[in-house]
Amino acid sequence: MATTSIQVNETPLVLYLLRRADDALILGHRLSEWIGLGPILEEEMALGNIGLDLIGQARSLYAYAAEAEAAGNDEDKFAYLRDAPQYRNLLLAEQPNGDFGQTMVRQLFYSAFADLYWRAMTESHDATLAAIAAKSEKESAYHLRHSSEWVIRLGDGTEESHARVQEAVDLLWPYTGEMFECDATERTLVDGRTIIDPATLRDAWDHTINAVLSRATLTRPKNPWMQGGGRAGRHSEHLGHLLSTMQHVQRTYPGAAW
Amino acid sequence: MTPADAETLRLRALHAVEGVCDPEIPVLTIADLGVLRAVAVRDGRVEVVITPTYSGCPAMNMIQFEIEMALERAGIGGGQVRTVLSPAWTTDWMTEDGRRKLREYGVSPPKPGGGRRELFGVEDVECPHCGSADTRVLSEFGSTSCKALWRCEDCREPFDYFKCH
Repeated sequence: MATTSIQVNETPLVLYLLRRADDALILGHRLSEWIGLGPILEEEMALGNIGLDLIGQARSLYAYAAEAEAAGNDEDKFAYLRDAPQYRNLLLAEQPNGDFGQTMVRQLFYSAFADLYWRAMTESHDATLAAIAAKSEKESAYHLRHSSEWVIRLGDGTEESHARVQEAVDLLWPYTGEMFECDATERTLVDGRTIIDPATLRDAWDHTINAVLSRATLTRPKNPWMQGGGRAGRHSEHLGHLLSTMQHVQRTYPGAAW
Repeated sequence: MTPADAETLRLRALHAVEGVCDPEIPVLTIADLGVLRAVAVRDGRVEVVITPTYSGCPAMNMIQFEIEMALERAGIGGGQVRTVLSPAWTTDWMTEDGRRKLREYGVSPPKPGGGRRELFGVEDVECPHCGSADTRVLSEFGSTSCKALWRCEDCREPFDYFKCH
């Protein structure tokens, strides 16, 4: 039965799609872990809504990957039947929720990027990607606004909230560099105008982040050293634990359906 | 099937599916929302084309099921529902009639052309109960993907606002 992991023929387009889909799925799953634990009812709904948007984006990207690979895999198999080294998401996406402030900082770093990224991707020469981008960019703008407002409120809040959210900024900062990476595989897609080079978004991302951190009275970390590896399947230990929960039902009862 | 028969079938199918309602906003039909993009007949079979609102909107599965049921009830067999992503849905596609129905239902409708705004830009939202412009956001995320929670500072009633998208 299908408890064993699938093999994926990672052509440049398939690999690219899995990377972006995995970002959205893993971060969306992380947010779903907040359900039932949110600090207030409105925030419970917000975290659930943002997670749902991300998982929706992941589904569109996986569906396109399945079509591009044309090897019998589908969204469910990509999500449930790949092991950690086959996952291509950013290390930032898989970092644990921590406290509420840490979750919001992680969301701010990602959404500030996703907002710019999907907006730029609406110009893709690939019609399917441009259509997925057109939906995702509007959703990402909401996620960015929500997480910015919380980071400002917490940073410019009490001594305790300020200290904790600054700690989260320092903790997650080394995972932000990976968002702007473009390896040789993706370079071929950039040359064909299928995708954009994320490095071109660096200045705009810095501008947004600096504006939010400064309003939040938070300090931008000075250390330029960045951690990478997620795009190549080298993950932190956190992803394996996340997958063991997310994939448990399909691994235990192969093909189970609602 | 002659072209005239195909057109008759298409109109019957259109009539059957345009009244399908959004399960979460039951006063709006999928035609009011702009979710229903086309009804066509290909090789004698009906094809209904829809587009999702938000990427993760759980109502889409239900809407697809309701469309299939509506076709069945109209005695149209073998109909298919196809989802397209492009062009991306926007609240600008919501009909005037749809906006009026939303207001009467107690939901403030999205403003036409009210797309992207500045990161910390403010939005003017009208209270659907008393019409006051003195309103304030309570939560950017509401009971469904498409709604935010607001409150009127005049009549003090909380209300849902259908977000511009």
